[in-house]
Amino acid sequence: MATETTGADVAASSPGMPQLDFSTWGNQIFWLVVTLVVIYMILSKVALPRIAAILAERQGTITNDIAAAEDMKAKAQEAEAAYDKALADARTEAHRIVAEAKAEIQSDLDAAIAKADAEIAAKAAESEKAIAEIRAGAAEAVQQVAKDTAQEIVAAMGGKADAKTVDAAVTAQLKG
Amino acid sequence: MATDADGGLVFKPMEQFEIQSLFGGEIAWYTPTNTALWMGLAIFAVILLLVVGSQKRSIVPSRSQSVAELAYGFIYKMVEDICGKEGLRYFPYIMTLFMFIVCANFLGLIPTAFTPTSHFAVTVVLAMAVFITVTVLGFVKNGAAFLGLFWVASAPLALRPVLAIIEIISYFVRPVSHSIRLAGNVMAGHAVIKVFAGFAAIAAVSPVAVLGITAMYGLEVLVSFIQAYVFTILTCVYLKDALHPHH
Repeated sequence: MATETTGADVAASSPGMPQLDFSTWGNQIFWLVVTLVVIYMILSKVALPRIAAILAERQGTITNDIAAAEDMKAKAQEAEAAYDKALADARTEAHRIVAEAKAEIQSDLDAAIAKADAEIAAKAAESEKAIAEIRAGAAEAVQQVAKDTAQEIVAAMGGKADAKTVDAAVTAQLKG
Repeated sequence: MATDADGGLVFKPMEQFEIQSLFGGEIAWYTPTNTALWMGLAIFAVILLLVVGSQKRSIVPSRSQSVAELAYGFIYKMVEDICGKEGLRYFPYIMTLFMFIVCANFLGLIPTAFTPTSHFAVTVVLAMAVFITVTVLGFVKNGAAFLGLFWVASAPLALRPVLAIIEIISYFVRPVSHSIRLAGNVMAGHAVIKVFAGFAAIAAVSPVAVLGITAMYGLEVLVSFIQAYVFTILTCVYLKDALHPHH
């Protein structure tokens, strides 16, 4: 370390190491103590409690969030189980309703068929009766026509036709 | 740094460490000096980092809040790991030491700045404060059992007196090494940068000098943090001796 021998600022020249100039120690120590006390006050009154609170709060938040997430997961699983159960229930219910409906329809159908059969039978009987009547009516009409015709023929032939005799003769002829 | 009238090189690497009154006049104990100014700026830096930085108290921290939390966690864990739960009572004091040293060191890296921690006056007071506190605390907490620190019970009986003398000497050397390590490192780095700066006046070697300054500056950034860390961790170790004086 070269020392300056000439120059304007010779007056300010100090010993080799300013650190060993003990005349300034009092000043430095005074300001150091002031600084340390101020920093200590700031740290212990404001900064450290605040940062500790932030870190604790974060830890609490994380713990709570994890607990909440686990809670939610359990709830979701519960909901899934409930859903599955509801689905199974609905399925059996549906089966039951289908079976019931089938049975009901079957019974309705059976009743309707029976009724229709009965109606058909009734109608058939009625028709048969009507046909028998018509047939009877027809036979009678034939007899009447035969009698009338025979009477007319007898009259035309010049005979004096007795109605009763003609009837009997025609009836006998028809039976024969 | 520049050449003088004769054209010769002038190195004044120690000039930067001079204590100067801010407003002129004699330096009395209360005079505001450059050291007072830079200590005040260190206080300002501590406020900016730890108080303003953590102002929002957000759960997801901003950058400055992250740094504040990192600093807090770093020293808190150091104290807890070395001194145990019992040592956490002294965490604010140790945090004060660390924050002051680290802020003063880093502010001192600003070109033309003054570095309070480059002065023995400062580091000796810090180290003596630690030494006296730890010694008093050791006797208050353990009474005469604190002297067991010097009596190495695990060594052979014949060796114990010799070891006790060595232990006592090393105990009293602690504040010396503790203080000189910090001031010495900071001062040496700054002085070497200044010497390189002096060489930069010669055109032929100035690129080398500038490179040297750059390299030294990078090293000094490391040293600034590491020395604050070392000072703090040694304080914790000494405190552990006071709390648990058994080997």
